[in-house]
Formats: sequence, C-alpha cells, structure tokens
Amino acid sequence: MAGISKPRRRHGRGADECAHFERHRGCATRKPVRTGQRPMNKREIMMDVGELKRPRRWHILVFLTPALLIYTAVMILPLIETLRQSFFNTVDGEYTFVGLGNFNVLFGDPRWAADFWNALRNNVIFFLIHMAVQNPIGIALAAMLSVPKLRFSAFYRTAIFLPTLLSFVIVGFIWKLILSPIWGVAPYLMDLVGLKWLFAPWLGRPDSALIAVSLISVWQYIGIPMMLIYAALLNIPDEVIEAAELDGVTGWSQFWKIKLPLILPAIGIVSILTFVGNFNAFDLIYTVQGALAGPNGSTDILGTLLYRTFFGFQLQLGDRSMGATIATVMFLIILAGVSLYLFVIQRRMRRYQF
Amino acid sequence: MTRTTMKGLLLASSILGSAGLAQAEDTTLTIESWRNDDLAIWQEKLIPAFEAKNPGIKVVFSPSAPTEYNAALNAKLDAGSAGDLITCRPFDASLELYNKKHLADLTGLAGMENFSDVAKSAWTTDDGKTTFCVPMASVIHGFIYNKDAFDQLGLTVPTTEAEFFAVLDKIKEDGNYIPMAMGTKDLWEAATMGYQNIGPNYWKGEEGRLALIKGEQKLTDEPWVEPYRVLAKWKDYLGDGFEAQTYPDSQNLFTLGRAAIYPAGSWEISGFNAQADFKMGAFPPPVKNAGDTCYISDHNDIGIGLNAKSPNADAAKTFLTWVASPEFADIYANALPGFFSLNSTAVKMSDPLAQEFVSWREKCKSTIRSTYQILSRGTPNLENETWVASANVINGTETPEEAAKKLQEGLESWYKPAK
Repeated sequence: MAGISKPRRRHGRGADECAHFERHRGCATRKPVRTGQRPMNKREIMMDVGELKRPRRWHILVFLTPALLIYTAVMILPLIETLRQSFFNTVDGEYTFVGLGNFNVLFGDPRWAADFWNALRNNVIFFLIHMAVQNPIGIALAAMLSVPKLRFSAFYRTAIFLPTLLSFVIVGFIWKLILSPIWGVAPYLMDLVGLKWLFAPWLGRPDSALIAVSLISVWQYIGIPMMLIYAALLNIPDEVIEAAELDGVTGWSQFWKIKLPLILPAIGIVSILTFVGNFNAFDLIYTVQGALAGPNGSTDILGTLLYRTFFGFQLQLGDRSMGATIATVMFLIILAGVSLYLFVIQRRMRRYQF
Repeated sequence: MTRTTMKGLLLASSILGSAGLAQAEDTTLTIESWRNDDLAIWQEKLIPAFEAKNPGIKVVFSPSAPTEYNAALNAKLDAGSAGDLITCRPFDASLELYNKKHLADLTGLAGMENFSDVAKSAWTTDDGKTTFCVPMASVIHGFIYNKDAFDQLGLTVPTTEAEFFAVLDKIKEDGNYIPMAMGTKDLWEAATMGYQNIGPNYWKGEEGRLALIKGEQKLTDEPWVEPYRVLAKWKDYLGDGFEAQTYPDSQNLFTLGRAAIYPAGSWEISGFNAQADFKMGAFPPPVKNAGDTCYISDHNDIGIGLNAKSPNADAAKTFLTWVASPEFADIYANALPGFFSLNSTAVKMSDPLAQEFVSWREKCKSTIRSTYQILSRGTPNLENETWVASANVINGTETPEEAAKKLQEGLESWYKPAK
C-alpha cells in the first residue's frame, strides 16, 4: 500500500562521495559542461547559452508512463477511493458524506473501539515477536552462512529460504497439522523425548494462540531477513575484515564491532519491511484461525478485522464504509511508521563507504 | 361490429397460435441452484418424475459453485437472464431478493398449506404475511452415538440431562473412548452443535425464540443462560486438547471409533455412513426432567422460489406445487439422507439413521436456530458473537453469566424489538 523506501540517499557527504566515485566513474570530470572534448567556437557557446534549459528528455517520460499508469490504476486510485469511502456512509438509505463520522464510530463506540484496540494491540504484539525473534535469528543465520568454512551452505540457504516461497495456505495447513493435539507430530515428538507434559493445544488457548501464530509466521518469513543480511555481509570488503584481523579484532568482537555496524542499514530495511508486512498481515491468521481469529478474538489483527468488517462473515453483512475506515487507519499507521523510519531513523544511521 | 369480430378473431388467433406453439414446443424451466452436489439426483430422479406427470414442461437444473452463487445470481437477476426458478438461501439473503422484487409472492401457491409456519419462517417477511419460497429441506440437530461402544459398555440411550452426564461419566471411567467428539477451535461447532443443539429444550423452542425477537425475553434470562451452564460441563468429557481440535478432527475422531458420542447435525449422515464401520444410532438433545416436552432444532436450509420476471410463471408454479407435494419430499429426502423435507406429511426414510432423526419431529416440537432470523442483522453480529461465547464457555475462559451478559449487551446496542 505504502511505498516502502526510496533508494538510499546520502546526506552531507558530497566530498567523500566524490572521492569515492572518482575511483570508479571519474567523479571529478562530471562537470556541467557538454561532453564534447574539443574547444567550442563562439557560435556554439552562444547556442549553449540559448539552450541552458537542457533538451527535454522525453525518453524518461516514455519509459516511466507504462509503469506509472499501471501503478496508478491498481494502487493509487483504489487507495484514494478507499480514503474517500471512509468519509461516506449510508444514512437512512442514502449514501452521504459524513465527514469524520465513521472515525467517530470506530473510536467512540465502545464496541468498535474495543475491537479496534484489541486488533491493534495484537498487531503490535505480532510485530514485536517478529522483531524479537525473526530478525535476530535471521542475522544469526546469515552470520553463520557467511562463515567461509561452512559446508553445504547452499543447501542450508535454500532450505531455510524455502518456506518463504510456500503459499500461506500450505504453511497454515501444515502447522495446524503439526500442532494438532490429536494427530500432530509435535505431541508425538515431544513424547519421544519425555516432554509431552509441556505440550498444550497452543492454537486453541487465548493466552498462547497469538504467540503460536506469530512464530509460524516467523518460521515462514525468516528467509527474507536472512537473505538480505547475508547479502549485506557479503558486501563487506575483505580488506576491512583483514584490517580488523591485523588489529586483533576477531571472532565475536569482530562481528559486534565491525560487521554489525556495517549491516545496520540492511537491518533497518528488514525492520521496515517487517513492519509493513505485519501491519498488512491477514492471510496466515485467516488460514490458521479463521476469519473470527479465535479463540475469543485473541489472534484478531487489523487485517482480519478489516476483512470481517468489509466483506462480512456468515450472517454478518459487509460494511464497506466502516471497512474503508479501518483500512484508512491501517494506512495511516503504516504511513506513520514508515515516515518515522525514513525521516528520523534512517537519517541518523551512519553509513560507511568503501 | 365487424371491428369487434376482427378484434376477436385476431385475439383468438394470437392465443391459439401461441397455444399451438406451446404444444409444439415444450416450456423449458431453468433452476438456479448452488447445490451442484445434487446435480445427479435432479437429473436422474426428480426431473424425470416431474416430467412424466407434466408433459409439455421440461426442467433444466443449472447449478453454480456455492461460494459464487449469491453474487452470480444477483448479477443474473439484475441483467434479467436468471432462470425461472431460484433456489433460496434461508433468511436475509432471500428476503433481500424478495424486497428487490426479484422473487414472486408465493403465499397463495397450491401446496403451500403442506408446510408449517416454522418451516416457512426462513422465507417469510418479518410480519409473517408473505411467503416467497417453497421450503425444500432442513437439517436436524441431535447426537449420533457409537452403538457398538454403547453395547460394549452396557449403556442405554440417555433421555434426560442427568442420564446424559451419567452416560458420559461411565464412558470416561471406562477410558477406552473419548466420551464426546467436539472441538472449540473452529468456534462454530461449539455454537451450532452445542448451544443451538441443546438450547431449544431450555428456551422452549419457538416460544423462547419468538419472545426473544419480540423483546419479551433477554439472553440473560434463565432459559438462555442455562444451556451455557450445561455446555460448561461438557469440557471434562471432550478429548485432550479440544481447544485446538477442528471440525474435521471431530468428525474423524468419531468415525475412526475413538469417540463414543458426536454432537451432530443431520447433514453428517451420508458422510458418516460411508466412513464409519460400526453401528450408529442417534438420540435427540436430552430434556431437563423426565417427561418434559422435547424441542429440536430443525433448521431450514434450502427453499425454492419463482423469478418474478419469469416468462413461464404458470409452468413454474405447476413445478413449485409439485415441489410442495409429498411425492417430491419422498424422493428428495431419501436421495439426500440428512436433508429432510420440511413437508408436514411424514416421509418414510429408508436410511435408519436418517429415519431416527426425522422421527423426532413426531414427538418433539421443531424450532430453528435462535440467532438466524432478524437478530443477526446488526453490528455486533449475534451469530458470530454466539460462536465466540460458546467456545469461551466450553473452554472455561468465560462464565455462562458473563457470556450471556455480553451477548445481550451486544444485541441491545442495535436491536430495538418492534413494539
């Protein structure tokens, strides 16, 4: 829904940057003169002044248009329409503008508010579990994979990334079976090692269902932080590592002091992707816990609340206006999170150029 | 005078002409339906039986996928391309079609007298005056039990609440079987197979249901809370980890012979007949005290109505009258054991389990699920809330009183009974 992140921008580092570019692309030569090497005659200079406005570069427009049109049609217009719909509702059979009326209902009506805050709270927990489990494990896996001595690393990489490629329907179904107290593999395996007493019908208990579903989601998506951070780790030049080794920084302290700071931007990107993904999440909860996100709404997140409200469920009829209102609030939450990251966190993050 | 003769001649020729056409060319009726599972039954049994009696009318059964039916039907009705006969979903979905003038008024249709008010309730306007679909089938709730297990343990079928729990205790004591196969993971099992199954005995069927709609009773009243108290006791008799047990899990536990009693809907019959290799029996929800009148949930599921714009309305009405006849009821109910005809004439079922279910209609009073008519139109949705509350009560995370209070508050927040 929201644009995720622009390509990194570098701030206030012009000189460094140029020095950096010089090696590769000849930064110094990129002055605002025309590329011709021979000296220009007078007429040409006159023309140059006349043409100070650069020739219109139509090709940019031509290349951008198709993508822009498609993006507008499938993303921007529906988004605007959703935002618009959240200000309208049916009053006495007439579809009319109600201003912030829908938002008043969502936050003012005790029932709607209770449902909404419950969903938001669960969603925050869902996100925090991802941040606390998925990303550290992703980093650890990436660090282990990048150890040059590791054998079969390609195999591990593929195996760990594979669940990400699976459909959420399959993932949900498999885990429901694994955790089933009746035929599940989990109770059986735990029984083999004498830990059966630890097993509980996690997906059916209000206090554990959300954690269980979050961990299933972590299991599915752990490949993404792993891959991104793995790529960032591979990008660290050997010279830096060698220099560190010469200075006696090895092992754990090398990871903490050299590698981690260098992959921090990648971790930032992973975090923001996780944030956007989690606050838009719906599919896995729907397949594992159903649209009512039971038991007792304990796994209800914004996505499932939106689904039930907008499309209806069983005898409950869909309510487009309230659905659009929830979607708008979700959009604003994600927008706020992404803005916070882009304008506050990313600006303060130190970047290193090699 | 010549003019009137001419007119008369013209009129006569046009009528005769069209009549001649009708004779030469049969009227074809098309049935819209979501029951694509029933295609074979319609083509091989029902339609030939009708056509044999009504030469000149041909019937085509044209079903679409259940999940697409409502949307597809609405689109066809709006475009004027829908079939002559429309299979009706129960309650509000069909009521909306009637209000939009897509379905014709069938109150005076010959054969309608074969149905009770309860049977018609799913396709009747709120004031009870107009009926717009002929009721076809309903599903009945009760308990299916493993007869072999009962024989082995020397148990008899319970008729009262106390006997019911005594039987469950004995099965539990023996330890070979899970006393009852039900889970709360999917929520609706707890509400539909639990609360709506045993509830009518406590709120006295239609009496309580209608009082609730009129606002004379509340969900916090004793007749509505007591079933929750009984449900709360079920917890001890369900299998290990029932909180995470899904509907298919429950079905499998029972058909594999691992559980002794299954709180059921009659739609399970044909599936269970195919799956289970032990003898099965059924008993209606036990009453509180011996000798009490028993009530069963006999919930309307399928009806059939007439497209208001159908050009073949007369032929279609002939067909609908036939659908309302005992002959149709007999063929339909026996072809689909578990979907019972709503016809007042008792149908003799060839399947013993289905016969057991349908026989309860003679000794017990029928009602429909309490949340379906009118009461689930608002937000929060009473049916959904009932699912959650029933599961909570069985899980023990909410007391029956709390659950009832929450439901009543939710209902009151939008529902104002007509005074």
